[in-house]
Amino acid sequence: MKYTLKEMKKKKHTYVLLGPYFLIFFIFTVFPVVISLIISFTYFNMLEFPRWIGWDNYARLFVTDDVFLIAVKNTFLFAAITGPVSYFACFVLAWLINELPPKVRAVVTLVFYAPSLSGNAFIIWKIMFSGDSYGYINAFLLKWRIALEPIQWLTNADYILAVIIIVQLWLSLGTSFLAFIAGLQSVDQSLFEAGAIDGIRNRWQELWFITLPSMRPMLMFGAVIQITSSFAVADVATNLAGFPSVQYAGHTIVTHLMDYGTIRYEMGYASAIATVLFVIMLGTNLITQKLLKKVGD
Amino acid sequence: MQIRLRSKKRLSRSLGGDLSLFVLLAAVGAFMALPMVFIINNAFKPLDEIFMFPPRLFVRNPTFGNFMDLFHLMSNSWVPFSRYAFNTFFITLLGTAGHVILASAAAYPLAKTDFPGKKFLFTIVVLSLMFSAHVTAIPNYMTMSWLGLVDTYWAIIIPAFGYSLGLYLMKQFMEQIPDALIEAAQIDGASEYRIYWQIVMPIVKPAWLTLIIFSFQSLWTNPGKNFIYSEQLKTMDYALQQIVEGGIARTGATAAVSLLLIIVPVTVFVLSQGSIIQTMSTSGIKE
Repeated sequence: MKYTLKEMKKKKHTYVLLGPYFLIFFIFTVFPVVISLIISFTYFNMLEFPRWIGWDNYARLFVTDDVFLIAVKNTFLFAAITGPVSYFACFVLAWLINELPPKVRAVVTLVFYAPSLSGNAFIIWKIMFSGDSYGYINAFLLKWRIALEPIQWLTNADYILAVIIIVQLWLSLGTSFLAFIAGLQSVDQSLFEAGAIDGIRNRWQELWFITLPSMRPMLMFGAVIQITSSFAVADVATNLAGFPSVQYAGHTIVTHLMDYGTIRYEMGYASAIATVLFVIMLGTNLITQKLLKKVGD
Repeated sequence: MQIRLRSKKRLSRSLGGDLSLFVLLAAVGAFMALPMVFIINNAFKPLDEIFMFPPRLFVRNPTFGNFMDLFHLMSNSWVPFSRYAFNTFFITLLGTAGHVILASAAAYPLAKTDFPGKKFLFTIVVLSLMFSAHVTAIPNYMTMSWLGLVDTYWAIIIPAFGYSLGLYLMKQFMEQIPDALIEAAQIDGASEYRIYWQIVMPIVKPAWLTLIIFSFQSLWTNPGKNFIYSEQLKTMDYALQQIVEGGIARTGATAAVSLLLIIVPVTVFVLSQGSIIQTMSTSGIKE
């Protein structure tokens, strides 16, 4: 494509509109990421000047760090369950809600979105799953004689992962859910009328041939958000299961990163972990986007 | 009007189908609402009910005692509580407004104009969502101190203008707008700024109202403890966290805090959802 100076002048507005946002974006987002990528090849304890050590951090991660491999395994387990389940839940619920009368829709949306709205209210699950008989779930199980003694939900390595997955799913009707609802409301209504004339027979055909294809930008957005949030599980895990958790049962890549970054101050190593996580997310994302291109064909 | 038109020719509905949908939504709704119900009830429980065994979900003798406790704790604080509240509102309002305007301004050319480097810019925005914020905190601090932003409101506000999520969301929505609409405006001689502000922005109203919710939420709960040290610049969230950290002796006040911290985001959400519904029932994308 030939792009002359004259044309640039003609499209001056483009640069005026882009400028302010991207200036801030580059200073406060791109620059720190680039620095972190460089730091991942150094030994940096935040006191001395970073020392270049090449690929050592990465070699250490995969060869000698056993805990990291546990973290990777846990993270993949989380992501494999919460990612797809939450993505479909977000879309299906948004789709169902969209059919409701507007006032009811507002109320139902609020109820569904409430967990994401309430900040770190997920901590109340800690009381729900509390290991003594004060915990609501244990109290319920004991009362109905389903269990004979309180279950150690948060300190028994067998349950930790499952509890975190439940709470994470509870939190998952967030950003993508709202984006889907707003997206469904912006679908060109005349397409449905045209579809009815063209012989769309049932709701499923309407969904597949009209709604989904015109929602594609939102579906892509939702996929990126759900992938990043399901691979980045950390807050829920550390708040519920403790840090570090029993037998590392709730240890994820991000909690491993926090361990080195905020406790041991090995920033080089922590940055290497962040880079590995980034590559994993990127790969998953590329695969998902390929799948989404097939929607509605 | 549009909605009513559609409901007339809904496809293949049955009473059984509608009923099972209702049951499904009710079940999911109950699961999602449970902790909210818990927070509301706890805030009004007297101490003996909070510590009661076996625990009960619903309050029996509601009281404002917890709020009174909180009020006493607050009136003894070093910096007046109204100052924390002011800080939070200032940061949240300015940060949200700036983010919505700058992000949507940048999203318009990314969605609807061709220029070299467009794909590259958009790709880094999406990629930036995938990099863990824990390791960027230190380089970020260095930039802040070079720019002299440490320990000022701007350390929280300015980076908020450049959040990646907002640009991504706005761009995806603007892509849904039919090109013909913009071309028509160009032929009529409207400037690009005018097209952006008077044609594109009204159409994507659901998007920026959604964006307000996201931005408000993240700023509301952002205590900015990495960049702000002066007590008089700290936010409400931070002040309330300090009360929570008082431990078991402050269980009652903590329950009141949990309720207070969610009331404002919920209100913002309800207001913006209300106006989304209003705009959608009066207009919609039509070519």
